[in-house]
Amino acid sequence: MAEAMKIRAVQQGEVTEIRILLQHPMETGQRRDPKTGNNLPPHFIQTFSLAVNGKTMVNGQMNTSVAKNPVLTFRLKGVKSGDRIQAQWQDNRGDSRTDEALVSAA
Amino acid sequence: MDSIRRHFLKSASHCGLAATLLAAGLLHPSRVLAADWNHAAFSATTLGDAFKAYGLQPQADSKEVQIVAADVAENGGNVPVEVLTSLPQVQSIALFAEKNPFPLATSFELAPGVVPYLKVPLKLAESTRIKAVVRAGGKTYIATREIGITIGGCGA
Repeated sequence: MAEAMKIRAVQQGEVTEIRILLQHPMETGQRRDPKTGNNLPPHFIQTFSLAVNGKTMVNGQMNTSVAKNPVLTFRLKGVKSGDRIQAQWQDNRGDSRTDEALVSAA
Repeated sequence: MDSIRRHFLKSASHCGLAATLLAAGLLHPSRVLAADWNHAAFSATTLGDAFKAYGLQPQADSKEVQIVAADVAENGGNVPVEVLTSLPQVQSIALFAEKNPFPLATSFELAPGVVPYLKVPLKLAESTRIKAVVRAGGKTYIATREIGITIGGCGA
């Protein structure tokens, strides 16, 4: 089971900055396993989405070249305290994770 | 055939081998791993091929798009890259790293209500030009920025 994402929403006037920590090895497939000498197989997030109150706002695709445990930052308008933010990813092995957070009062 | 290909990819023993084989046409990535993952664009091994698979032609840079990043990053394993633009009606933002084994790093579609902004940490194999590609109002805008890398992120 993949580890939970950490979602932070910070309201700055009209704009809400949403930062999401995706806990994932983002293995490139080009790194050698020191024990076996073989390359570690690629294991990385391929698709990501962000929804507010059930409406998809961001739809993303990623390659192995996104950093390990990446923090993604987006800025949205019209987000209010109490809104439900839902983030979702799926990796190349078919594992996925969905987490949500409520926007707290500014 | 598919299992042979996967074995090949797994056993490719250094940073560039899989890329070289792909470029030589010896490997044909055919299996789409996730429904909407753009396999052709993400597996392209040159910037030109990645652009083509992403539906782009090379074009001049635009002033309307800015890339914010360190001029020199010590650790290529985690290089935060920000894209900003004043353009209205932005539909998507993509990032390419010219000298990475697979140049297309990421691509995000933004719904109306999302500020045309993005911050993503990338792995960079070596010092490279980064290209941010913004699609807005049916047009494409590109920005380029050079990032120097002290320790490559290929093994990170």
